[in-house]
This record gives sequence, C-alpha cells and structure tokens, in this order.
Amino acid sequence: MFSETIELRGHIIDSLILPKVLDQILTHGANFKIGEIKIGKKRADQSFARIEVSAETGEALDELVLRLRQHGAEVVERADAQLAKARATGVFPRDFYVTTNQQTFVRFDGKEIEVRPAMMDSAIAVDRKKRTARAVKFFDISAGDEIVVGHQGIRVVPVQRSTSGTDLFQFINTIVDADEPKSAVIRELGRELQRARNAKGKIAIVGGPAIVRTGAGEHLVRLIESRYVDRLFAGNAFAVYDVERALFGTSLGVNPDLAFARGGHENHLRAINTIRELGGIAAAVEKRILTRGIMHTCVIHKVDVVLTGSIRDEGPIPGVTTDVVEAQKIMREKLADVTHVLLLGTVQHSLAVASMLAPTVNTVCVDIDPSAVERAVEHQPLQSIGLVTDVEPFLRELADRIANRDDTVGADRKQ
Amino acid sequence: MIRWAPIGSSKLSIFMRELLLCPPDYYGIEYEINPWMSRARGAEAPLAQKQWKDLHATLSKLECKIHLITPQPKLPDMVFTANAGLTVGKKFIPSNFRHKERAGEAPHFARWMEEHGYEISWLPENLYFEGEGDALFGGDALFCGYKFRSDIQSHRAVADMLGCLVISVELVDPRFYHLDTCFCPLPDGAAVWFPAAFDEYGQRAIREHISDLIDVLPEEAVHFCSNAVVLDRDIVLPEGAPTLVAALRERGYRCHELPMSEFLKAGGACKCLVMFMPQRQAC
Repeated sequence: MFSETIELRGHIIDSLILPKVLDQILTHGANFKIGEIKIGKKRADQSFARIEVSAETGEALDELVLRLRQHGAEVVERADAQLAKARATGVFPRDFYVTTNQQTFVRFDGKEIEVRPAMMDSAIAVDRKKRTARAVKFFDISAGDEIVVGHQGIRVVPVQRSTSGTDLFQFINTIVDADEPKSAVIRELGRELQRARNAKGKIAIVGGPAIVRTGAGEHLVRLIESRYVDRLFAGNAFAVYDVERALFGTSLGVNPDLAFARGGHENHLRAINTIRELGGIAAAVEKRILTRGIMHTCVIHKVDVVLTGSIRDEGPIPGVTTDVVEAQKIMREKLADVTHVLLLGTVQHSLAVASMLAPTVNTVCVDIDPSAVERAVEHQPLQSIGLVTDVEPFLRELADRIANRDDTVGADRKQ
Repeated sequence: MIRWAPIGSSKLSIFMRELLLCPPDYYGIEYEINPWMSRARGAEAPLAQKQWKDLHATLSKLECKIHLITPQPKLPDMVFTANAGLTVGKKFIPSNFRHKERAGEAPHFARWMEEHGYEISWLPENLYFEGEGDALFGGDALFCGYKFRSDIQSHRAVADMLGCLVISVELVDPRFYHLDTCFCPLPDGAAVWFPAAFDEYGQRAIREHISDLIDVLPEEAVHFCSNAVVLDRDIVLPEGAPTLVAALRERGYRCHELPMSEFLKAGGACKCLVMFMPQRQAC
C-alpha cells in the first residue's frame, strides 16, 4: 500500500469537509487512518485533522490526493530515509534497518518506493538511479552499495485481516488439532486451491519424505496431474525415496503396500546410484527408467522442482543444490510469485520456506507434530491454517475432493 | 439617511447601505471564462447601458448610497463589482482572480477602497478568491463557494482574517460558478437557493445551518434569479422567475424585476453588478 499523510484545517466539521474527504477516500478504494483530530470548541474556532491515506498503487494515491487537495487537504511532507554505504562486501553498515515480512516502503527524493520482495530479516538496498529498493541478504551486497539505516523514511504496512470473513485463510486462521474434525477444512481448502488455479495463482508444495514413506505419494501425483502444483520444494531424501519407491516398491526399505514387510534397506542407495548414473531425474524419465512416482509426474507435467541438500544426504542425486547460500537464492526466486503454499510433513524445510514468504501468501501447514505446525503458522499469523495430522489422510482427502470437484465442474460445463 | 438594516443578521447595526457599482463603459464579451460567455454572441452595448442604468436607478430609489468606480479599458468584467472582494466593517479583502483576464481588476479596486478609507487585507497570492461572488453572510456564518473560481484554502484564510464561522460549499454546476449565482441569504434568516448547483455535502451543510430554504426551479435558476440584491424588504432580481417572485412576495418582500439579458451573456446579473460596502459591519 502506498500512503501519504494529509491535513485538513478550517471549519471542516460545519462544512462537512471532513466526512466528504473520508467518504472520497473510501469510494476511491483507498483507506484512511486518522492520526490526530482537534475539534474547535467555540463556533468560530477552526478544527484540524491529520489523516493517513493509503491506496493500492502510487498512481491511484496521486490521483486521489489531487482530488482531496481540491477540498483543502494539504499533503504533509515526510523525511527521506537515510542511506549509508556498505563498507565491505557482505557487511551491512551499522544501524542498518532490519526488515519484517510486511509490505515496506522507503521514502526517497520525496516519493515512496516499495521494497521488493517483502522479505524478513533483510536489509534494504536502494539504487538511486533505478529508483528501486531491494530487500537484501548479506551475500547480496557489495562494498559501496547504499543501505537504509535507522527508521526514518520507512513505512511498514501490516497485512489487514479481512473483515468480510469469506476467505478461508483469513476466516479460519487457526490450527486444527489432532482430535478435531478436518474434512470441512480440507473441502474448503480444495475450493480455495481451485479458485487459485482458475485465477492463475501459483501453488507450491513443500514436501517432506513422510509423503513418500506414508504412501501419500500417489495422492500428490493426482494433485500434480490435475495441475494443482506449480512448484515443488523438497530435499534430496524426498526425491530419493520417491525414486526408490518407483524403482523398487520401497521407500527407505519399507513397502507401504505391505503391512509388516521389511527388507531392502539398500534400495535407496541403489536408487541414488541409478539416478547418478543416468545424470539426473529428467534423464531417467526420458530413458523410461523412471516411469512413475512424484518426481516422474513433475517431469512429465513440467513442475518446477527445487531440491536442496542437507548434511545427512546420501548422494546427493544430480539437481540437488548443496550450496546453502545458492539454495536460499533459488528458493527466494522461486517463491516470489507464489500465492499458496502447502507445507507438508517437514519441519526444517517448512520453517525455511515460511521465513521467505510474503505475508500475503496463503499457507497451509500439515504435520503430525503440533509444535512444528505452531512454529510454521507463527510466520503467517494472518494467512495460515495448521492441521495436526498425518500427511497421508490429508493428501488423500484433498486429492479426492479435488478430483470430485473437477469432475463436477466438467459435468456442469457439458450441460 | 440612517436606518436600521439587519441584513441577514440577528445582530442589529446602524448603518446606511452603501454599494459599489462600475458603469459598463467597457463591458463586452471579449473572452470566454464561463459557459455563458460566447464571443460569437456579444452583448449589445446600448442595451447593456440601459439595463445597468435601470439597476442603478432602482437601487438609488431604495435609499442606498451608491459609489461608482471608474471603469478601465480592457477590463470588461470590472462591471461585476461583486467579484472585487469582500468588505466587512472597514476591512476589504481584495480578490485573487483565477483567470488572468480578470486579474487586472484587483489593483484598481484595492486602490479605490484604500482611498475611501478601507483597510486592505491581501490574501496570499496563491489562493484564488473571488470576493462577494463566492462569500455571502447568512445568519451568523459566512457561506463560501469553492472549486470553479475560489479555492477552499482561501476560505480558511478569510476565516482567520475575520474570525467568523465559514461554511465552505462545493459548487458542481459550471453554469453556477459563483456562490451568488445560486444562493441568496435573506434578512429573515431564510435563503433562496438552487440545490443542484451544490454537491451533496454542500447541500447538507447549507440545510444544517439554514432551516428555511426556498428552492429555485431549474428554469428560473438559469435566469440567475438567485443573483439578487437584497436590501431589507426590497429584493432586486433579474426578470424570468415568476414562481420565486410569488414566493418572496408571499413572505412580504417587495420584488423589483429587471431585464438583465446583456449581463447574463457574461454569466452575471443584478447581484454580480453590486458589492456591499460593507456586506456586514462585523462578524
């Protein structure tokens, strides 16, 4: 949101100028916050109001302020942000401003520039020539880059909770515990994802190996096939277990189709070796060695897959980014346009992704561990739903709901 | 002659009504700064002279002291003295005309008022204000119109100078570009107005301060029937508003209807041709 502070003085109550200005702000789709108001005590006393006006775009705000000036509004000039040069590459100036994940604006040469992306725990680098403000991490900056210091000229716009109450994420906005019913929430989530897909939103899955190990992979495959997944963020183990399951029927030696069967603990190493030999998952699909499973479906349906490594990884398989700084950069880039994220059965990966999300991203966290759900949901307190449950029944029900709905939609269309 | 003249005020004050007029020697349609003006449809000078003289004669008979300012060449609208400024007591606030075509009038009026003993209070140059054309006392408030000619910011400055309550109302119909073309307070606390000339908030603000409002019909409003000179129980107004005249007579006012066709071509009528000296003795 872009904003300006305006002041009104005079007989603004008797002339109904104050209500007129406030009404005009609202009818132009903008918002206001009254900062200060002083009402004249005697009949001839003038009144005063300071009002912060905010609009979606800078242009809309300029146009609105121009109108309001006609009714006597005066724009309050605000101070520019202070900048200091980074003295060394990878080191911010002292007193650098630390961002939140809320929408943030920097005032520079009397105009506000939006900081992009909205990313927490970053500094803000300002490019005077391009008139841009970037949220940057340590590794993003070079000596001499200009960084915002102090709090002057910074404006943070917290995400407003919807008052209409019709949006699933803003309406529910809570954690559904293990002993609470989940079907209604999952049904509504299915509707929301369908709306998102129709509105060309971007849906990302952050998946843990539990998806494969619990046998939920086939449900995720259905979601991918129905084009409900644009991005998949996972670790080496997720991909390896999925390939192992596809090649050998087991994941980490366990066959989810057999109640108590054990054995084949070496299968996952053989799976890694196969992929390494073939040069990667895509190559394995192309050579028809890998013919099913989540990774296979991602290749077929051209889902953007971001695989990142960890210390415990075996292999890793080709395509896994093991440089953590590089991995952070890629993840940020691939999360930039995401509108919906499902964090499924992975604590560390979920927290890493959640810390990179803009506050407007709708987030669902599913984990069997209540503390993992709580921690992930804390990052998105206004736009998140947490479900404490095993990921397999969740994905199964979601895929079923979506499959039924898509059938229904198709049937409707034929009539 | 001295008499009680409680014009539009609950406060009584002893003074003789003094008016400032400007003979139409240089009057004509030489530019177009409102929807009424068309250089293709110029004013007939002899007829304009006659209509102005009739107004002068009518006002003279109503026991007012009439002052005349010397008209100036190339300032055809100087005849509309209501736009010269606003006079309260011995204080004169000269106008800052929005259009450069009229800006040349201001120093002539200011000099004349100064020579006649008025204290000149200039507004900041960047605030447009067109005097009594946009500022009329009604009850204990000064009603001020804004948007087409005066800026609302000038109203605050006027309120500061005079220490009175100013009700700012937005004008929305360009044909009624000055407040005195669509609003006329009466001495009994009522007012004549054409509501459609104001925005919704302006209408509400006027209604909240004046309970007794006489609506003007659209077909009479275009004859500038609200552009009337009110002198106690006498009202001098343009002809063409039989309904309004009947309503005013019903209330005990004496109406003097005058032909104003040549001045209507410039977007003015009786009231535009007159400035009160002062409009009020004090706020």
